Amino acid sequence: MDINDLRSAVTVAAFLCFLGICVWAYSRAAKPGFEEASRLPFLEDDEPVLANDHKEGN
Amino acid sequence: MQTETTYNYKVVRQFAIMAVVWGIVGMLVGVLIAAQLVWPQLNFPQLGEWFHFGRLRPLHTNAVIFAFGGSALFATSYYVVQRTCHTRLFAPGLAAFTFWGWQLVIVLAALSLPLGFTSGKEYAELEWPIDILITLVWVAYAVVFFGTIAMRKVSHIYVANWFYGAFIIAVALLHVVNSAELPVLSAGLLTPKSYSAYAGAQDAMVQWWYGHNAVGFFLTAGFLGMMYYFVPKQAGRPVYSYRLSVVHFWALIFTYMWAGPHHLHYTALPDWTQSLGMIFSLILLAPSWGGMINGIMTLSGAWHKLRDDPILKFLIVSLSFYGMSTFEGPMMSVKTVNALSHYTDWTVGHVHSGALGWVAMVTIGSLYYLIPRLYGKVEMYSKDLVTAHFWIATIGIVLYIASMWISGVMQGLMWRATNPDGTLTYAFVEAVKASYPFWTIRVLGGLLFLVGMLVMAYNVFKTVAGAKPVDAPVLAPAHA
Repeated sequence: MDINDLRSAVTVAAFLCFLGICVWAYSRAAKPGFEEASRLPFLEDDEPVLANDHKEGN
Repeated sequence: MQTETTYNYKVVRQFAIMAVVWGIVGMLVGVLIAAQLVWPQLNFPQLGEWFHFGRLRPLHTNAVIFAFGGSALFATSYYVVQRTCHTRLFAPGLAAFTFWGWQLVIVLAALSLPLGFTSGKEYAELEWPIDILITLVWVAYAVVFFGTIAMRKVSHIYVANWFYGAFIIAVALLHVVNSAELPVLSAGLLTPKSYSAYAGAQDAMVQWWYGHNAVGFFLTAGFLGMMYYFVPKQAGRPVYSYRLSVVHFWALIFTYMWAGPHHLHYTALPDWTQSLGMIFSLILLAPSWGGMINGIMTLSGAWHKLRDDPILKFLIVSLSFYGMSTFEGPMMSVKTVNALSHYTDWTVGHVHSGALGWVAMVTIGSLYYLIPRLYGKVEMYSKDLVTAHFWIATIGIVLYIASMWISGVMQGLMWRATNPDGTLTYAFVEAVKASYPFWTIRVLGGLLFLVGMLVMAYNVFKTVAGAKPVDAPVLAPAHA
């Protein structure tokens, strides 16, 4: 087995790994975690610290 | 206890303000070298060689990419990582070192490049002592950023931080590998000289592996981190599809590293390597457009906000330019197209559609969001000036890109035109002569973009002047 077989194997493995990520990302199991993560920027009031001003983004 | 401490906004403020300053400096040099191509006397030969195009062009690229873009990336990444991890920045001393260290790198670049000290590698011209300083600053940056992520008070790492993290790791790798060089120690520290560790076609390959990934990770991944935080925040709604953002991230990571050879089509680089670079560049269209769609569709159902929110205008138009230049890029990587476009102004236009349209516009939008919040203000001093900036900048970009498209295609066609007997139809200088009108339009486009930045500087000054710097308290997440 020469080095190029190894290189091909790594490329194929990386591609399969990517396909795995795609399947996982669109699986039902990942959905609740993603929804939680997508709300991370909104978990707190982000408006500037002003005494009486609390304007929400939406 | 956490609620009593505040976020470290000081370093964010410093980088945010310097991003505006370096943006103006870098773009001013850009306008000057654009004008030099039209009016050669602006090279000021009577003053010496220091202001020649060849000395100032790397100063322009380094200033806009690493001083303007770099400062904006430091500012926004430090802001986003603290807020989405609900914790104060790790190692504040190191964070301060990244600010002063990075400013020192910029000043050294501004001195050494006009003086003629260069390692001759595009976008990596700085000589070895500065390379070492960059490495130290970058390691400190990684420690601060990943240390903050390690201390996060929430379980998830928000997608923007994945992009910032990839940008930091990849740039470290690129910088160390491409800057591997043998210093000529006898030349001294103050008049440095070095030779690349690689030779011939391998040196060219390493250089463009670096060069294209500087585009892919410095000018894309980092700014996508910006996009994934500031677009949802300004739109007031979560990103369109989080699962798409995950696929977007990994597709970009797996693909970008291979695209570099498209810079070396029809050179001594092995032919299969050129084809490989072309194929991966074509594949790159998919993740690029996935990211663009994800950003723009975040506004889905709230398009009306685009009408009267100039910050959203900046952010969404930046994504449009991102989509446009990431379509143009793969197309130009096709060898037959490249045979026409390479070494012409088309390349310059493509770069600026990405650099001004995408990188600068998303940065400007993010800074307009960020700066008031760092000084306890609700919004910028003048919303009208933000709107004015948007239109001035957009017209400037369109003039710039359109003129370069026309001159680029014209140059390519003139260079390849042959007479029936096989001789060249045009001498090189005839193509130069025909380019002058377009180079003049380019100066005008660049000048407009610079004027927009000056409007921004005034607006930022009025927002910040007299305002007290505010460090927002670290809030515990509403629910973990």
